Amino acid sequence: MEDLQRLLAIAVGIALINNLVLARFLGLCPFVGVSKKIPSAIGMGLAVIFVMSMTSVVTWLLYVYFLMPGDRNILGHYSSYVAEHGLVDVLRTTSYILVIAVMVQFVEMVMRKHAPALYRSLGIYLPLITTNCCVLGAALLNTTDATTPLTLLQATVQGFFGGVGFLLALLLMAGVREQLETVDVPKPLQGMPIAFICTSLMALAFMGFSGMAG
Amino acid sequence: MIYPALYYRVAGRASTSFLTWPDSAAILSAATTVLLQRKDAMSNRTGEFTRGIFRENPIFVLMLGLCPTLATTTEVKNALAMGAAVIAVLTCSNVIVSLVRRVIPGEIRIPCYIVIIASFVTITELLMKAYMPAEINRSLGIFIPLIVVNCIILGRAEAYASKNPVLNAALDGLGNGVGFTLAVALVATVREVLGSGTWFGIKLAANLTPVAVMIQAPGAFLTLGLLMGFFIWLRQWRAARA
Repeated sequence: MEDLQRLLAIAVGIALINNLVLARFLGLCPFVGVSKKIPSAIGMGLAVIFVMSMTSVVTWLLYVYFLMPGDRNILGHYSSYVAEHGLVDVLRTTSYILVIAVMVQFVEMVMRKHAPALYRSLGIYLPLITTNCCVLGAALLNTTDATTPLTLLQATVQGFFGGVGFLLALLLMAGVREQLETVDVPKPLQGMPIAFICTSLMALAFMGFSGMAG
Repeated sequence: MIYPALYYRVAGRASTSFLTWPDSAAILSAATTVLLQRKDAMSNRTGEFTRGIFRENPIFVLMLGLCPTLATTTEVKNALAMGAAVIAVLTCSNVIVSLVRRVIPGEIRIPCYIVIIASFVTITELLMKAYMPAEINRSLGIFIPLIVVNCIILGRAEAYASKNPVLNAALDGLGNGVGFTLAVALVATVREVLGSGTWFGIKLAANLTPVAVMIQAPGAFLTLGLLMGFFIWLRQWRAARA
């Protein structure tokens, strides 16, 4: 029961209270770039949810079994240095970004073979996710930014709902920007500047969720 | 390895639909064309340095690398630390990419650049942990490792360093890094002065009530949106006058 509560707290926390885009400033490039039309926003959001859940699992396993010092480190059986210090300081960033690049490529290949319809709708967005900082950001948050270390299930839930929060922000923004097309915006503010000003108002609204953490 | 080829095919197709997204590939190809046209400027080394600071400022003109611009600008001090990290990574990765530019096969160049960048990010992260005050490291947090996915760095590697000699690449990296630092310092100045009533930790006026929201997320987006609008207005005004 307590576990379930913790999972719920993690899910709500990452999707609403500490929304990756609106409170943690991650993944802003796709956020302002792909939020012009609702269908492309949905495609990008779903692709991010998918990749982020997968990379959360893989990077968590990598972190616990290869990077952390201690008994659980597989490499620690062969090298006493690794068992004592771990590789987390020197290899975390490099290994995570490689895992993400490989995962994106892998997901794309599997999807093209086994789910061609899904591939056609998400295909465009998949390669762009490699350089989307919310995926690497979520992997880093899963494995560092916690007072108590997350379990595999908790990390996966955090990755999945991080993606859900990204999709939510992207969808809301796409709705706002479709309306903005009909509005007479001052010339220097057209495009990115007005998108950021709208985002600012949305972030203000999302700050209201912080009371829920109570 | 089909990844880069795919990336380009896809990005080329996608660039029409994400016009404003600084999709690295679209920007890169645009920047490459500009660079090739200005071949005569290659001999002018000061041009390599100043271009990234004003005319092609990564943040306010090319609109790349926006995540750290928002996340690390609650205080000028943090922004300068972030700027220093970006200058170090950008200059070093540009130098190495330029050195190995004839060795790396075209198909796998992007993964190679990412590994080079990730190595320098790790070095920078370890150096910062060792020599910077703990509070700065805490507030920069995951944004130091996230320099790996900063579009400015991969962008300069692909658009400039992979096609130019070492010294030019180093100057280009330094210039873009300084441009980034000035831009984040500007955003941080606005946010810190309005949000905490201080500048670089110095209290500005005794009876000033700060607007706390400016150092929170909404203030960051608002500041960046308005400053971007201001620079676009400035460019349009100067173009109209010329």
